[in-house]
Amino acid sequence: MPVQVRATVLTVRRVDAYHALTLVAPAIATRFRPGQFITLAVGGPETSMLGRRAFAVHDVRSDHGGTVEFVFEALGPGTRWLAALRARDGVDAVGPLGRPFPVPKDPSRCLLLGVGYGSAPLFALAAKLRERGCSVDFLLGGQSADRVFGALTARRTGRSATVVTTDGSLGARGAVTTMLEQVIREARTEVVYACAPVPVLREVTVLASRYDIPVQAQVDVAMACGIGLCMGCVLPVTGTDGITRIVRACVDGPVFRADLVRWDDIGTIPFDAVGAPGWPPRGARGDGQSPRDRGVQGGRPPGQKRHYHAG
Amino acid sequence: MRVRLGQVDLPNPVLAAAGCAGAGRELAHFNDISRIGAVVSKSIMTEPWTGNPAPRLAETPSGLLNSVGLQGPGIDVFLQRDLPWLLSRGARVVVSIAGQTAREYGVLASRLADAAGVSAVEINLSCPNAEDAGRPFALDPGTAGTVVAAVRGSLRYDIPVFAKLSPDVTDIVAVAGACVASGTDGLSLINVLLGMAIDPGTMRPALAGACGGLSGPAIRPVAVRCVWQVREAFPDVPIIGTGGVRTGRDALELLLAGASVIGVGTALIHDPSACPRVLRELEEELAAIGVGRVADIIGQAHGGIPHGLPGRREGQKM
Repeated sequence: MPVQVRATVLTVRRVDAYHALTLVAPAIATRFRPGQFITLAVGGPETSMLGRRAFAVHDVRSDHGGTVEFVFEALGPGTRWLAALRARDGVDAVGPLGRPFPVPKDPSRCLLLGVGYGSAPLFALAAKLRERGCSVDFLLGGQSADRVFGALTARRTGRSATVVTTDGSLGARGAVTTMLEQVIREARTEVVYACAPVPVLREVTVLASRYDIPVQAQVDVAMACGIGLCMGCVLPVTGTDGITRIVRACVDGPVFRADLVRWDDIGTIPFDAVGAPGWPPRGARGDGQSPRDRGVQGGRPPGQKRHYHAG
Repeated sequence: MRVRLGQVDLPNPVLAAAGCAGAGRELAHFNDISRIGAVVSKSIMTEPWTGNPAPRLAETPSGLLNSVGLQGPGIDVFLQRDLPWLLSRGARVVVSIAGQTAREYGVLASRLADAAGVSAVEINLSCPNAEDAGRPFALDPGTAGTVVAAVRGSLRYDIPVFAKLSPDVTDIVAVAGACVASGTDGLSLINVLLGMAIDPGTMRPALAGACGGLSGPAIRPVAVRCVWQVREAFPDVPIIGTGGVRTGRDALELLLAGASVIGVGTALIHDPSACPRVLRELEEELAAIGVGRVADIIGQAHGGIPHGLPGRREGQKM
C-alpha cells in the first residue's frame, strides 16, 4: 500500500554526472521492496509543473526512522528544482509504487544489468538476492565513466562486475549488449534483471532468449501520476493467457517479465490488443495460441482509419 | 456542506472528475472515497477500448495535454467489477459515458438504467462522431441534442443526466440550449481544450496523436467564462463546474460563476488527495466570508450580493 507523505530532504549530493537525493520518509522506507519507485511533486506549492516525477528507489535505510534515496539526472526544470533542494526542505512524496522484482525461490546465479543511473535500483535487489543465497554478477554500462552509476559498489559486492562505456573511459569500450553473451556464458547466468532504456531492454530480451534465460525488466517510460490514474505510461504486454493488453507501467509494472513485453510495438496499438479497433482478430479467440506465436505483427493495418479522441 | 445536484443529494460539492480518478481503486489508497462528493467514472464505452498510442501525455505550463483516447474496459466490466466496488466502499457514482454514435450512447444509458446505485450520468460529448467524419458531438448543437435525447429516452427518470460540453465552440450557450431543450437535467462544464505541443528536441509532436486535450489550471479562466455564460442564459439548470480547480479558492470561483458542484480533475494527477484538500480549503474560504451553506454562494458573481465584497489584490499599493 503506497502512502503520500511530506518528506524531508536529508541530503542532496552530486554523484558524477548525476544527483542522489535522500529523503526522510519512514512510511515509504518501511514498505519498500526492491524494484519499486516513488513519485515527487516538483516546483513547490504554486508550481506550474503538474506532472509528478517518478524515480526508482536506490536504497532505503533505517536511520532517522527510515530514509529513501534515489538517483537522477538534472535534465529539465523539475529535476533541476530537485537538485537545488537543501537539507530540511520539504517535498510531497508518494510511494512505494509498482510491482517489485520477483526473486527466485531457489538460490540462483543472477546477472544484474544496468545502464546509466538505471543501475541505481539494482543494489537493493542485489542485497535481497544475496540474502536468499543467490550469487550476483553485475554488467553496468553508460556513455562515459561519469555516467556509470555504482561501478565501485558493484566491484566490491558482486561476484563479478563488468563495466562498459561507449567512449571506453571506464572498463571495456562498447555497449552492455555487446558484452552480455560473454558475461552470461562466463557467469553461467540463470536469471537476468535489467534496468535500461527500452531499446537496450529489447536487445537484452532477444540475447537472453538464446540461452533460455528469463529476464525481469524494469521499464523506463514517462509517467505523470505513478498511481494508475492518468493512463500515460502504457505499453503492450502479452499476458500468460496469450492475450495482449495495453497496460500501465506504473501499476502493472514497472517490472515485467521481458518475454511478455511487446518491445517492438511500444508506442503503437497492436491490432490484436484487447480493445483495439477490429479486436478480437479472427481466429484469435479460443485457439489457445498467443497471437504473437502466430507471427502477428503489431500496428494498424494500412488504410484502416482511426479517429483519435482528445480526452 | 451538503448540496443538491438535480435530484441527487451529495455530502459535499467536491467531485473527482471523469478520467482523473481511474476506476476509483487507485484513489482509495490515498482517500476515503466515501467522503468525496461523488466519483465520476472514466468515460465508459460499449466495448473494451485500447485508446491511443503512447506518448499520450505532455506537461505544459500549468496544464497537461493528453491523448489517452478513452482507454477503458467497456460497460460489461464496469458494471461487473468497477461499479460494485465503488458502491461497496460507500462512494456515490456518476457514470460518464462515451460513444461513437448517438445510438451507442442510448445503449449505454439503457444498460445503466438496469444498474443499481448510479447517482447520475454524465454524457461525454467530446467524442468523435463516427457518422460525421469524426467530428466531436459537442461541436454541433443539433448533434449534441440528439445524443442527449437518446440518453434521456433510455434512462430511468430518477437518474439525472448531465451533458458535458466542450469549450472549443464559438457559442457554448447555443450547445447548452440544445442540450437543455433535449431534456438534459444539468450541464457539466468544461471538457478539455484542444491543444498541441511540439518537442523541439525531436522536432516532432509531443503526443503520438499530435493534438490532445489541455486540462489543468491553465484552462480555469475558460471554465469560469463558460460556466458564467451558461448560468447567465439558464439560471435554473444545475452545473457541474470542472476545469483547472486546484484549491478551495478555485472551487469558490466556479461556484460564484454558477456551478452547483465542482469537479477536481488534473489536480488529482498532481496530488492524489486533492479532493479532501480542496473541500477543506473551500470550507475555510466559506467560513472566512461567513457563508454557511454552499447553496448561498452559487452564482453570486452574477450580482446576488450588491457590489460584492471589499477585496484587496496582490500588487495594490496600499
